[in-house]
Amino acid sequence: MDRSIPVWVAAALALVVLMALPLGWIGWVSVSSESGPTLAHYATVFQDPQLQKALWNTVVMAFWVGLASVALGAPMAWLTARTDLPGQTLIRGLIMASFVTPPFLGAFAWVMLAGPNAGLLNKLYRNLSGADDALVNIFTMPGLIFVVAIYTFPYVYIMIANTLALIASDLEEAAAILGAGRLRVAATVTLPMVAPAILSGFILAVLQALALFGSPAILALPAGFHTITTQIWSFFHYPPKVEMAAAFSIPLLLATALLLQVQKRLLGRRGYASIGGKGGRRRAIPLGLWRYPALGGCLALLACAIFLPYGVLAKAALSRAWAQPLTWDNLTLANFTFTFFEYSATQSAVLNTLELGVMTATVGAGLAALLAYVTNRRLIIGHQVLAFLALAPIVIPGVVLAVGLFIAYTRPPLLLYGTLWILFVAYVTKEMPVGYSQADATFKGVHPELEDAGRILGAGRLRVLGEITAPLARSGIIATWCFIFIGVIRELSASIILFTPATKVISVVIFDLKEEGQFGPIAVLGLFMLAMTFGTVVLMQRVLGRDFMGAKE
Amino acid sequence: MAQRWRFPMAVLGVLVLLGGAAPASAQDGHLEAAKKEGKVVWYTSLVLPSAEKVAKLFEAAYPGIKVEVHRTGSQRILQKLMQELQANIKNVDVVHTSDAGHFVLLKEKKLLMHYTPAGVDKFPAGFKDRDGYYYGLRATVNVIAYNTKIVSAVEAPRTWKELLDPKWRGKLVTAHPGYSGVIATHVLALVNHYGWDYFKQLAQNRAMIVQSAADPSAVVASGERSVAVNGGDYSAYQLKKKGSPIEIVYPKDGVPLVVSPTAITAFAPHPNAAKLFTDFTFTKDVQQVMADSEGLYTGHPEVKYPADKPKLDELKLLQVDPEELEKRNEEIKKRFVEFFGA
Repeated sequence: MDRSIPVWVAAALALVVLMALPLGWIGWVSVSSESGPTLAHYATVFQDPQLQKALWNTVVMAFWVGLASVALGAPMAWLTARTDLPGQTLIRGLIMASFVTPPFLGAFAWVMLAGPNAGLLNKLYRNLSGADDALVNIFTMPGLIFVVAIYTFPYVYIMIANTLALIASDLEEAAAILGAGRLRVAATVTLPMVAPAILSGFILAVLQALALFGSPAILALPAGFHTITTQIWSFFHYPPKVEMAAAFSIPLLLATALLLQVQKRLLGRRGYASIGGKGGRRRAIPLGLWRYPALGGCLALLACAIFLPYGVLAKAALSRAWAQPLTWDNLTLANFTFTFFEYSATQSAVLNTLELGVMTATVGAGLAALLAYVTNRRLIIGHQVLAFLALAPIVIPGVVLAVGLFIAYTRPPLLLYGTLWILFVAYVTKEMPVGYSQADATFKGVHPELEDAGRILGAGRLRVLGEITAPLARSGIIATWCFIFIGVIRELSASIILFTPATKVISVVIFDLKEEGQFGPIAVLGLFMLAMTFGTVVLMQRVLGRDFMGAKE
Repeated sequence: MAQRWRFPMAVLGVLVLLGGAAPASAQDGHLEAAKKEGKVVWYTSLVLPSAEKVAKLFEAAYPGIKVEVHRTGSQRILQKLMQELQANIKNVDVVHTSDAGHFVLLKEKKLLMHYTPAGVDKFPAGFKDRDGYYYGLRATVNVIAYNTKIVSAVEAPRTWKELLDPKWRGKLVTAHPGYSGVIATHVLALVNHYGWDYFKQLAQNRAMIVQSAADPSAVVASGERSVAVNGGDYSAYQLKKKGSPIEIVYPKDGVPLVVSPTAITAFAPHPNAAKLFTDFTFTKDVQQVMADSEGLYTGHPEVKYPADKPKLDELKLLQVDPEELEKRNEEIKKRFVEFFGA
């Protein structure tokens, strides 16, 4: 046996502790009371009509977000992967932008765009049509579904676009030669081949929607309804009902686990598809007259996700009153000076966010790389278990993880609450699946022969890792780092439960400001957050030499 | 432009006055100690720009002592404070919320320092805890505010009861007692006056729900809703001063008075700075700043109020007992959520 064993064992232990402890506590607290074990909390939670409503709202929202994401993502994937649609680079770039946009910022921007009365789009509509009623009311269930879907569809898009890129177009061409029209080919040949990808994209979108906190808090609460996540958050209001929060977390946890299991099955039998590596040729299907309408459709959707929200954020950042036209009188830089120089919470929040981002990304990418290396090279017995553990946190929605961490670390021996460490633990755990997948893909691309050569020449495993594997895997690891960093700086659903006034991060400050109705500073901080995100994306693309969503060389 | 210069002028004014008073000040003793502590941590529900302004005034008056402002809703402050204590974190020096019930609770739990800020003996009884643990730093009244571009002065509701008219359906906005102490006080005052049935009926008009007591008037000013059914008059007053199309109604059936106490915690990590800061916030000059540019009421007998605001004694005030507020805190939140949905 190797002397590197302790390293692997430590990594494995860390994972167990990060996950097992919080989840164990949730389970325990949800069934314990002062007079011994009890199911009373579950009974309360499931019999309360308010909470039943919250459950049902969540189901409705997640289901429709899933459908809408497929309806938006699938056609776009087909258009960009399979046809001669013009402006593909632009469209992929914009989809990526929507992928990295924090959904709560989008929700906030849409309040300004489509609030029934002051919303800019509704005002425009009233001016043009002379009507009294609003065109859209964002403070409704359909409004919430819409806003969540425009930032969730990229998950479906990536899933399908990547599958399409792997499928050779022989079958489609055969059908076309036999006289089928373009639509018919798409519907009867292409669609069945990507059906598993669509279904699994649907599930991914549903999972995203289930776990979301910010958008429902911004759009559903003003309309007077809760979802599971906002309800769990409000259990923490004074006097706190942590045991109820724990009991209410369990259905969310189970639903997530179940859906992932289904998705895994689906991906396991990609059956019908003739995915034959990169051998088969893919020919672009000519759209003919439909080229420009199709492009227009794509851009219209992306306008909703990117142009309009970013535009309205910029407007709010620069104006005294966001609902008034941007005239000279209304133009100001006061929001910027207030946010960065007068508001004392900003600077420490920015520092905290950066510190946590860098720390989590560094440790997370390191850990993910280590785990991916161990599992890919099958270095220890039970390496499959490690892979499973690394991916397991994906079943834990941020809010639920936070409930677990809160319970676990507000008591001795580990009093982490009130320090940045508890946020660090939450972020590492939450980002591990993403980091691991990214690192795993990296090591799959690094052939073991070179390492073997090094070993034969007498180098130890750590030396081989440092001198051969690491340089080869470097760009992949940096991409992992960036992925985690982006995930951390936008994190809200766990942070909102775990922060203390001394450990605020930018997303929490934005949420605080939202509760107070300070639109200008929110817009400024939102833009700042977007700038950090896109800075990181650009860095990542430099390193990778491609965009990070797909397999395009 | 007048707005621009108000703040620096206020700083200057306070500095001049403090400079003159300094030699005779009894604070010299703990001034050195406070400077050594270097900062004071203030959990406050005073609306953000106002809170930062008070902090900057203090920092200008006492260079070397920083004020760490943590502004959020009253109920969030209590939540975080209690969560911190559960984890044995002692972070906060001065607590200031608009839910007087919180201070009854904190006093009972022995979490407050017994401290009488300089000069508060002249304050009226409603601003003083009889045991001497907390004092009202500022006051506001809950009002109705409406958008003057959408609602004419004739149509505007004049009483709380008029808000129940179905013609306001979909046009109202309310803040949340589960976030704001101003609103928790408001709800209790009106429940005592009209019963829970009032809120049950109000909920039929499907009000938009926001959190902070400062937000309803902002929502109304933006035109998103026509009428705010509660919220501190000072937020609406500030918006009006800035030229927003908003008008304030002091309902004839009475305005719920909210006195927002402040106290030093028993475990304050910077006790001397906390005392210095608390004394500072009760000086006439700071109280006058709150009355002038922020539109708040105060307990200080010498403070002059803007001519375009009614005096407190001209209003029919609905008052709430802090102990009742503390006892019924959970009931208030629970029933509000039951009626309004979230």
